[in-house]
Amino acid sequence: MRILTGNDLKTGFVTWWTGEGWSLHVEDAIDVAGSEEEIARREEAARRVNAPYAIDAELHEGAPRPAHIKDRVRALGPTVRPDLTLKPADPDIGNWVI
Amino acid sequence: MYLYDQYDQQMVDARVAEFRDQAKRRLDGKLTEDQFKPLRLMNGLYLQLHAYMLRVAIPYGTLNSRQMHALADIADKYDRGYGHFTTRQNIQYNWIKLEEAADILADLAKVEMHAIQTSGNCIRNISSDHFAGAAKDELVDPRPYAELLRQWSSFHPEFSYLPRKFKIAVIASDTDRAAMRLHDIGIQIVEQDGELGAAFYVGGGMGRTPMIAPCIKDFVPLDRLVTYAEACLRVYNRYGRRDNKYKARIKILVHEMGSEEYTKAVDEEFARMLDEGIEPPFAELERIRTFFQDPAFEAGASEEIDRSDPDFALWVDRNTVAHKAPGYVSAVISLKPVGGIPGDATSEQMRLMADLAKQFSFDECRVMHTQNIVLPHVRKADLHALWTALDGAGLGSPNLDTVEDIIACPGLDYCSLANARSIPVAQKISERFAANGKTAELGQLKLKISGCINACGHHHAGHIGILGVDKKGVENYQLLLGGSEAEDVSLAKITGPGFDEAGIVDAVETAADVYLRERQDGERFLDTYRRIGMTPFKEALYG
Repeated sequence: MRILTGNDLKTGFVTWWTGEGWSLHVEDAIDVAGSEEEIARREEAARRVNAPYAIDAELHEGAPRPAHIKDRVRALGPTVRPDLTLKPADPDIGNWVI
Repeated sequence: MYLYDQYDQQMVDARVAEFRDQAKRRLDGKLTEDQFKPLRLMNGLYLQLHAYMLRVAIPYGTLNSRQMHALADIADKYDRGYGHFTTRQNIQYNWIKLEEAADILADLAKVEMHAIQTSGNCIRNISSDHFAGAAKDELVDPRPYAELLRQWSSFHPEFSYLPRKFKIAVIASDTDRAAMRLHDIGIQIVEQDGELGAAFYVGGGMGRTPMIAPCIKDFVPLDRLVTYAEACLRVYNRYGRRDNKYKARIKILVHEMGSEEYTKAVDEEFARMLDEGIEPPFAELERIRTFFQDPAFEAGASEEIDRSDPDFALWVDRNTVAHKAPGYVSAVISLKPVGGIPGDATSEQMRLMADLAKQFSFDECRVMHTQNIVLPHVRKADLHALWTALDGAGLGSPNLDTVEDIIACPGLDYCSLANARSIPVAQKISERFAANGKTAELGQLKLKISGCINACGHHHAGHIGILGVDKKGVENYQLLLGGSEAEDVSLAKITGPGFDEAGIVDAVETAADVYLRERQDGERFLDTYRRIGMTPFKEALYG
């Protein structure tokens, strides 16, 4: 599957296209295969996202998991600061990244 | 230390106002990202893996306590309570919001700081010896010359769009503590026949094509320092490649022209420039020098140190450095606790370091390119009180220049350019050696880790270097041996096939064990490697 990601213009935070808007959580991302360029162009023009791009992902336990480690680190946060990730209370989240 | 005059302050304030308007136009949709990106980069604002990242310039790494307090306040007010001190003696914040970036720059300007020229193809922050003005072995304090070059290079209209970024280091001792020959221009202040001058080393660097800068001029009179630097830059600006960013650094130009041809071109340019009046009046250098006078060292300060506490004695042995003034040392605050993140400091730690600098070091501290902090002028009599305060805040690690004192770039945990994570590898190595008890036995062993070929972690210059690469989507780590960024400069060589994360930690220990087995009296790891060569290490690593 292909999912669309970018950064929030104001905060710079990593965001994911949900079909209706942008979420901080990659598990909200939907498959955009075939329409990624059009969505990216429209959303960037409306300043709802900054520098969007599509990546490969696969379904993992029912939710998208980016294919490349770099995007998994983007999705979660720095592996060396679990307290600053989106899931600070999940002790196994590092395995999802690696 | 240098204090802004009205021109410095006006320039910085004007830039803040300009950037505030640019950021507003971006947020209002009047600028596209393509239009805004070069503008934000000129002000040190990157878009990194998780958010905007702001790189703040710390000229030649020198800070006073007010500035360090301001950095701590920014960490709390605009970021997440910490900052990352870099290998360019700067600080980076990782969680910056665009809508607040101009406010941060305004806060920085209030304490004579900025983020100008911390990115882009321009002359970057000038670095220097972190023991400048304190080192027992220095000829003079190199920072007035670094400051002169900072002023010359700031907003220099001719050098705002160079073929590629440009880094300058200035030292003034034969001991190189600034990786001088691994810079685009390395300058060593030298003495010849009783006169001070500058030796120019041009065309060094790390990155994907590491090179050691050759000396192109062994003596430039100080009243021609800026003119000669300008000639070096002009030749580069004219002939440096702009068609391929990987071949655009000056090191490629010097290599392809040959250092003799490059030098000839510089000398010809220099000769043409002598009547152009480029050199600032010598009085300006004299004015700058007044800001770098020695502080009022206490005459007759005690040389005695009570070493009855073994933990304190170990810290003194490892983390203090000889000072030119009797009864004083330079004290290194390690930002490398075992299992910690190299170079990171919390806002509370920054405030403590600021307060200790004010209390014990004439209100001055320095950022080292090795990602530690120096209090340059500490009375020996104050060391125990200093160490007690540091140790209580997790800043008392006794590991300067040991295998635990690891340089690591932010790597894939933060950096959008990285291919592999650096920090976890550094954490595991420091934990491994702290646990196996070999740190003391190994002595000086400089270990440097980069998460990609850009080499921000200086892996080419590590006695042991580690380069993280992407191997079909999986992190892989190459091991390198034999590098040095010091006066015995050399480039490390790759041992062979890479390792996974666990394997690279084992490999470092294996290499260390080869050294322990093969070393002769007084040899450091690097000395043994140079004597016995790569083969024994490869045999141990790969069988």
